[in-house]
Amino acid sequence: MLSKTILLVIVLAPLFGALVAGLLCNQVGRKGAAGVTIAGVLLSCALSFHVLYQLVWGGAATFNENLYTWFQVGSIGAHVGFLVDRLTAMMMVVVTFVSLMVHVYTIGYMAEDDGFQRFFSYIALFTFSMLMLVMSNNFLQLFFGWEAVGLVSYLLIGFWFKRPSAIFANMKAFLVNRVGDFGFLLGIAGVLFWFGSLDYSQVFAATASDLVASRTVEIFAGHPWHVATIVCICLFIGAMGKSAQVPLHVWLPDSMEGPTPISALIHAATMVTAGIFMVARMSPIFELSETALSFVLVIGATTALFTGLIGIVQNDIKRVVAYSTLSQLGYMTVALGVSAYAGGVYHLMTHAFFKALLFLGAGSVIVAMHHEQDMRYMGGLRKYMPVTWITMWLGSLALAGTPGFAGFFSKDAIIEAVGESHRWGSGYAYFCVMAGVFVTALYSFRLLYKTFHGKERFVVEAPHHGHGHHDAHHDDHGHHEPGHLAHAPHESPWVITLPLVLLAIPSVIVGWFTIGPMLFGGWFGDAIRVSGEEGRDVLGEIGREFHGPLAMMLHGFTQAPFWLAFAGFAVATWIWLLNPGVTERFKNALRPLYTMLNNKYWVDELYQAVFARGGIALGRGLWKGGDAGLIDGVAVNGSAALVDRVAATVRWLQSGYLYHYAFAMILGLIALLGGVWWVTHLAP
Amino acid sequence: MSFQLICFYAFAAVTVGAALAVISVRSPVHAALCLVLTFFSTACTWLLADAEFLAIALVLVYVGAVMVLFLFVVMMLDLDLDPLREGFVRALPVGLVVAVVMLVEMLGLIGVRTMQLPAPPEPAAAAGMSNTSWLANALFSQFLLPFEVAALILTVAIVAAIPLTLRHRVGVRTQDPGRQVRVKARDRVRIVKMAAEKPAMPADAGETTP
Amino acid sequence: MITLAHFLTLGAVLFCIAVAGIFINRKNVITLLMAIELMLLAVNTNFVAFSRFLGDPSGQVFVFFILTVAAAESAIGLAILVVLFRNRATINVTEIDSMKG
Repeated sequence: MLSKTILLVIVLAPLFGALVAGLLCNQVGRKGAAGVTIAGVLLSCALSFHVLYQLVWGGAATFNENLYTWFQVGSIGAHVGFLVDRLTAMMMVVVTFVSLMVHVYTIGYMAEDDGFQRFFSYIALFTFSMLMLVMSNNFLQLFFGWEAVGLVSYLLIGFWFKRPSAIFANMKAFLVNRVGDFGFLLGIAGVLFWFGSLDYSQVFAATASDLVASRTVEIFAGHPWHVATIVCICLFIGAMGKSAQVPLHVWLPDSMEGPTPISALIHAATMVTAGIFMVARMSPIFELSETALSFVLVIGATTALFTGLIGIVQNDIKRVVAYSTLSQLGYMTVALGVSAYAGGVYHLMTHAFFKALLFLGAGSVIVAMHHEQDMRYMGGLRKYMPVTWITMWLGSLALAGTPGFAGFFSKDAIIEAVGESHRWGSGYAYFCVMAGVFVTALYSFRLLYKTFHGKERFVVEAPHHGHGHHDAHHDDHGHHEPGHLAHAPHESPWVITLPLVLLAIPSVIVGWFTIGPMLFGGWFGDAIRVSGEEGRDVLGEIGREFHGPLAMMLHGFTQAPFWLAFAGFAVATWIWLLNPGVTERFKNALRPLYTMLNNKYWVDELYQAVFARGGIALGRGLWKGGDAGLIDGVAVNGSAALVDRVAATVRWLQSGYLYHYAFAMILGLIALLGGVWWVTHLAP
Repeated sequence: MSFQLICFYAFAAVTVGAALAVISVRSPVHAALCLVLTFFSTACTWLLADAEFLAIALVLVYVGAVMVLFLFVVMMLDLDLDPLREGFVRALPVGLVVAVVMLVEMLGLIGVRTMQLPAPPEPAAAAGMSNTSWLANALFSQFLLPFEVAALILTVAIVAAIPLTLRHRVGVRTQDPGRQVRVKARDRVRIVKMAAEKPAMPADAGETTP
Repeated sequence: MITLAHFLTLGAVLFCIAVAGIFINRKNVITLLMAIELMLLAVNTNFVAFSRFLGDPSGQVFVFFILTVAAAESAIGLAILVVLFRNRATINVTEIDSMKG
């Protein structure tokens, strides 16, 4: 039996830390802020493990209870409540564990930053928000958590709020997420309208009835749509915003303007997977609509391949990882699209570990390079920072799907599930995920080679070069010439390397232990429901051929994905390790392709031109035409001007001369007499 | 053509002639005098219509009071007549055209047939009383309230005319009988209480001298 | 034999003379006032005639009231005229255009 108190403590401990660190930042100081938030998250993390233990091994029942009623309108209530089953518990563990790692890592990464306490306050607040999101038992609280993580994401992307690029990036993230959130809100409204409740259990119970499942509505006259399709697509648009799927992906690469720890926590491991989690949680609704799932599938497949391609040409180390994140999110979405929800969530978990690891490793490199992020000025770092080097290798191997590593199990399961599926769009998706494997290996090893191997492409300035403002150089990162370092790179302090090591362990081994139960053992129980129709439960079909992780691993060596990944590895090795000069030749030979990738398919430019400019033009048009022209010009000033003009004309009549008025009167009299005469004598 | 009709034509001719003179003579004094003539001859036509009371009232009130007031004002004001006559000739055609058009219209409305309509017997005589009693009967029974209102209007007009023309001249020494009556004794004489003055002592001078 | 039409014609002629008078003497307020008196006289003549020929005393009562009001009007009008002349030293209507819009 799960204790309500424990669950409340899990949620509130990070919030308490956030409030203390944020509101009393000057009183508690740097150490106090870090201490209180880490203690809160540590407590939260430990209790999350406890909850997971209780659910899996302790035989505890699913916890579903409303704790507080915000308001009740008729039959619709807004509650704060927790739904804790294995899906939730897994998410709680992932969130709190990665968050804890990031907290520890931050001590080292942000050591020199003025906003130290503010940063801790934000990430603890984020942990609270994310926990509220995953533990919610109703749509309203889900939306609250959804918006709260979005807010913290906004705050953290713009953490260095004096940089214009950071402000632009956080504004962009916020606006793009608004688009998604609008769809999400419509979806929630649709759920409330057609299912009659905001509570998960009631909504999912309603999906069983034919009344809801077969209900249609005509959005465009003559084209009936299933309400489930509409609701699911709207909800998924929310997921597209939060999980950065293709048309709404543009904010995620720019979000790298924020400090690296939050890139790891929010923009790789947890928040961006909220969309994946949400779709998995809503699986009973999504199962009602084949159309919506095909939509999910195509969007996910497109994201998986095409954003990965961009990652190949990026030079900023964080951006490579960011595009990799986009691509992996695409994989998860593909899994959702073929009804392999467990596969998506499973990949979410493994990805959280190795992607957080990669980001934190990238952050470690950035610290070592004195906030130089351009890989063109790196190389050969392995001898300066061995721990980072090894853990990054492990993370990249996991990402590329090397058999035995965590990423292999989850990604292979997804690819096989797509292969098994007969859903509309699965052929295209299969091609995308297969090609994606090659691309993943290519950019992963490119990153490693360009960063840790090869020649050193930076210059360490002599420590006694005689410049008086040497110290200023050191503090003022980013203003010095690219590729010139004041000191030789060095391995990061233990607070940075410890999380790397702690994250590397699950990145390597977690797949081995969890693949069996989580994917094929019906581990999630009632949390994820797949319809029993013929050919729908692709994971169940794969599961029949699953004979333990070792067999899967050995089988993996004979499969196409492994050889594609190996090809990616080989090509990357040949190009970036053995023949560093060949890239220029490729670049020239494939100039149009390179230009296209380097400009990210011009999506940003398109949005800038259509939506940003269009918005400005629309606003300007409404301002000039609607407000200044119509309302001010016609309605307000116009009526005044009309009165003025009429009066100016009429005042001519008011000559002020008595005889004019008398003349007018007499003319009127004449007309009146004429009229009377006409009526009495002349008219028939 | 009866004697009455001859009289009517005579009086009407005088009326129209005098009216024309009113609007065309140069001097306002002459115009006012012509107006008196117009009123007078109109009163005569009213007599022909058996409205004796009103005819006399017109002569008494208008000729006796109002027109004298006009003459009084005209003579009191020192008018420069030349600018007032400006545009007389220019406006003449317009005025004539307008007047003629109106006259034609009105005559058209009056029609020729009414010319043949014979007059009924005199209503006052038919009712067995004089014109004055006949009018008074109607006035003090049917129209009593309007009669009172008319009295009020006349009063208001008198009261209004006085403050309009009243003028306070500054620097003129006048007596104010109201204040003279209201004055009290204490406003005129002020009694001031004070200590009696003592004559200076010659001893003072002696003391100060050592 | 005097008929109703005789009186009405006399009234119409008087009225039209007054109108013409207003037009041609448009600058002289005193003449204007006199023209207005003429108009009232024309109206009164009509009332008297109708009263006589319809056998109804109301017409004559109305004349009585009109005389009353006209007397009041003349008094007020002349008072205004005096004040106007005192303030502006003229009774020329063309110079009195403070109300011009």
